[in-house]
Amino acid sequence: MRKRRNFTQHNGVAWAFVLPYLSIFCVFTVLPVLISVFFSFTDFNMLETPNFVGMGNYTRLFLQDDIFIKSIGNTFILALVTGPIGYLLCLLFAWFINELKPFGRAVVTLIFYAPSISGNMALVWQAVFSGDAYGYLNGFLMNMGLSSSPTIWLKDESYILPIVAIVALWSSLGTSFLTFIAGFQGVDKTYYEAGAIDGITNRWQELWYITLPLMRPQLLLSAVLSITSAFGVGTIVTQLAGFPSTNYAAHTIINHLQDYGTTKYELGYASAIATILFVIMVISNMVIRKIIAKVGS
Amino acid sequence: MKKIKLHTRRLNRSAGGDFCIGLFLFTFGAFMALPMIYAICTSLKPSDELWVYPPRFFVSNPTFKNFKDLFRILDDSNIPFSRYIGNTVFVSVVGTGGHVILSSMCAYALCKFKFRGRNIIFNMVVLSLMFNTAVTAIPNFIIMSKLGWIDSLASLVVPAFGSSLGLYLMKQFIEQMIPDGILEAARIDGANEFRIFFKIAMPMVRPAWLTLIIFSFQGLWNMGDTSYIYREDLKPLNYALHQILSGGVTRVGASAAATVLMMVIPILLFVFTQSQIVETLATSGMKD
Repeated sequence: MRKRRNFTQHNGVAWAFVLPYLSIFCVFTVLPVLISVFFSFTDFNMLETPNFVGMGNYTRLFLQDDIFIKSIGNTFILALVTGPIGYLLCLLFAWFINELKPFGRAVVTLIFYAPSISGNMALVWQAVFSGDAYGYLNGFLMNMGLSSSPTIWLKDESYILPIVAIVALWSSLGTSFLTFIAGFQGVDKTYYEAGAIDGITNRWQELWYITLPLMRPQLLLSAVLSITSAFGVGTIVTQLAGFPSTNYAAHTIINHLQDYGTTKYELGYASAIATILFVIMVISNMVIRKIIAKVGS
Repeated sequence: MKKIKLHTRRLNRSAGGDFCIGLFLFTFGAFMALPMIYAICTSLKPSDELWVYPPRFFVSNPTFKNFKDLFRILDDSNIPFSRYIGNTVFVSVVGTGGHVILSSMCAYALCKFKFRGRNIIFNMVVLSLMFNTAVTAIPNFIIMSKLGWIDSLASLVVPAFGSSLGLYLMKQFIEQMIPDGILEAARIDGANEFRIFFKIAMPMVRPAWLTLIIFSFQGLWNMGDTSYIYREDLKPLNYALHQILSGGVTRVGASAAATVLMMVIPILLFVFTQSQIVETLATSGMKD
């Protein structure tokens, strides 16, 4: 009897603790996803009553919208660079930083983490890639005699995407990087001594056989955070290359979404874009989680 | 014993490897740091140095003139500069405070009370880590207008309360750092649940709430123009500084000063809380 009363009493208290957060989470995160999926089947435009159009928006996206197809390609290229490459670099940096003494570790961690929290650094990158002779890259190449005239980097179709990728990578060492740092420091040192006795002879073996399997939970969280931000590249494109970028050379799904959602007000169509992006992000996360579960085993 | 003390090199470490690692970190560290050093140097350059050819990276005669210009430009604008600062400080402080309290309460209940639905709630939060807020921008605009929060700072503050990474980190930390025994002992002593939460549980998870504060603050501080605010006197600081950035060549110095001002505060906060954040993230892993 007593146990039962305790349980129900807890139930009431538990909901009192949970509800304030949960209601806000539901209204601003869960509900929007449902609304977005619902509107993706309509021609909603903010003014007229929405009509149900079935799969119309989706067929239009894939069959008639060349820019959307291009934006999928760009998004995946950027996601591959800032996702897997960024992820492995984060891991490598965190591993190397962990080899330093505590003070050096704190300083170097700050240096690598700072770009992701320093807000708006577009100004600096614009100065580097500026199209006139005052740009640093142009100035450097012309001084070295490697080029005779300035290149308009941020307006040239063939350079925009690689430049966006570099800048996105530069600013992508955020929370997932810190998670790695924490993961490395959390490994119990006695495992390394035990490993040395069991015949581990260098740091690579130590990483693969001891550290990574122990850090698997951190590897997973980092993967989720990197995938989410990797598919979310969009603002950087606008800041660097303007909107739209020359001939849509670096147009991403997010940019396409913003175009239809905030400029053209075709909200039904934009919702279909958002829903596709949502599905891409969630599926990639599921796949990656399956892969990481295999690390070291 | 002395012999062991002399042997300071860690197990399985070669000097060559240490050197390569140092070199690698230095190279990439330079790549990471140079843009920020450049911003600082530019903000200190007098105008004749801003436009020398070939462009110079470092500053030779540092001056605070750009910062003075920045404040002069901001003073001349229709809305006083202090108003933008006030908006950003209000949004950052209230949003962060609410987020820390509400998400700690929820995380605590998810860990320490058994009730129906708690796994579903946590799984929803984990799922929401997997997509970007851009996906929900349009429905959120509709929700804001239905709530009548367009042109109200509530549209920035309240959604920040419900951010999911904070709840996730807090839950993982509480799960590993607060033993049930302590809570049970307090219950036997007759303390009520809210008292236990505020007086016993919260002081034990200081690193976690510091981490939540930093992450939430960073996000809100850097928030620029949003689609919910159209009234000029409610816009955030980052928006005002952006206006200066778009001022073009005549304002390169002042823009650099603005960029430096915006980045200094989050970086300083991180310097002072780094160890706490790392401690929190050490418990943050995800199960497969």
